[in-house]
Amino acid sequence: MSERSKLEVRHLTAWFGKTAAIKDVSLSVPAHTVLAIIGPSGCGKSTFIRCLNRMHELTAGTRVEGSVLIEGEDLYARGVDPVFIRRRVGMVFQRPNVFPTMSIRENVLAGLRLNGVRGDHASILEDTLRRTALWDEVKDRLDESAVRLSGGQQQRLCIARAIAVEPEVLLMDEPASALDPIATARIEELIGELKQGYTIVIVTHNMQQAVRISDDTAFFYLGELVEHGPTKQIFTTPRVPRTEDYVTGKFG
Amino acid sequence: MSVHTSKEFERELRTLRERLLAMGGRAEQQIQRAIDALRRRSDELADEVIRCDAAIDRDEVEIDELAFLVLARRQPVASDLRFVMTALKIVTDVERIGDLAVNIAKRVRELNRHPTEEVYGLMEQLAALVMAALRGALDAFVHGDADAAERVIAGDPEIDVLNTDVIRAALGAASREAHEVGRWLALSSISRYLERIGDHSTNIAEMVIYSVRGRDVRHHHGGEQE
Repeated sequence: MSERSKLEVRHLTAWFGKTAAIKDVSLSVPAHTVLAIIGPSGCGKSTFIRCLNRMHELTAGTRVEGSVLIEGEDLYARGVDPVFIRRRVGMVFQRPNVFPTMSIRENVLAGLRLNGVRGDHASILEDTLRRTALWDEVKDRLDESAVRLSGGQQQRLCIARAIAVEPEVLLMDEPASALDPIATARIEELIGELKQGYTIVIVTHNMQQAVRISDDTAFFYLGELVEHGPTKQIFTTPRVPRTEDYVTGKFG
Repeated sequence: MSVHTSKEFERELRTLRERLLAMGGRAEQQIQRAIDALRRRSDELADEVIRCDAAIDRDEVEIDELAFLVLARRQPVASDLRFVMTALKIVTDVERIGDLAVNIAKRVRELNRHPTEEVYGLMEQLAALVMAALRGALDAFVHGDADAAERVIAGDPEIDVLNTDVIRAALGAASREAHEVGRWLALSSISRYLERIGDHSTNIAEMVIYSVRGRDVRHHHGGEQE
């Protein structure tokens, strides 16, 4: 493992029953960088990132081979508690999934309460909401229901909830695909700021978004990692013809 | 080679390529005409060169607009992006080549005021090499042939040497016949214009290599340009 690697995936194969959705994928993500995962629908992008916090195994009939290391520690080693892993590796989904019965405040602090984290929750709340650029918009309505926020605000609230527990790695599965261009721009800007503190892996169908926000890009096809390299290279001079075909829209 | 899922995008790129080719063809024709004007001492041909430049200028504007539209509509990446970037750069070189053909035509008109019919054999050779370089660069672009583009670049030093020979001979003659200085200056200017057309052809060839291989070879092959 290279010194700067935060996340290291080694020979990862993920199964749904007898079908391998991810086939022998190895890659590493340096600390404080953004890795974009691109590829056509069904290529295994989402399965891949769900393996990075052991969410894949939540589905019945699934199995994972290989290892995922954070700072050298294997998430799949015997005796590792998946719940603890999900604190180290936060996740944000395609549609904002705020807890509908909770207030804005309760949503941000939910992870902390669930994990029994003590401390100055008030200052964590403010700090987290400031880091997600939500504070000024919600500071006077912290006890209102979270579902009253706009879609973009809800997604930033989900990011706030994910980072409140101070994870090391943040996974995002198409976090802006359900948002309008302005809300999308806010999320993208936020990702740029968050990478100072976290290592981010993001799945996106939006090619231009991958170009804007990521340092490295990995292209998946039929469960295989076809090409992985600096984003600039993938989008200007990809080495593999299949990558070239995909990014230039010559598929199918 | 696979095609884009979007037929419209495919069509836009094809149009861009065809328009550039047509423009390149026009530029080639202009140089040919300017050299014919020189050879035949024809004011008429020289005037035609000057008149026809407007079409090349129009090409430039229209191709820029087309490339701009493709960038805005498609946000091309990878080879598509390199192709559009190449088109945008080539169009400038071709437009300059058109201007240089006009410059040659203007010098031809000046030369025609002088009594002599003497035109250097060296100049003919130079013109032939320059025309071949331009045609080679444009062909390389059409066929996406980086090897052919490399040959164009490799040929540029020969053009430079011939240009120096022509200028040296012209200046020598000018010092012997002071009353004919204008003629020799015009001839050496034409030589320099041809040499610059060679340089623009090299630029086009470099961009073709970039477009095909994704490797920027500008300023790396030690060729001196002005």
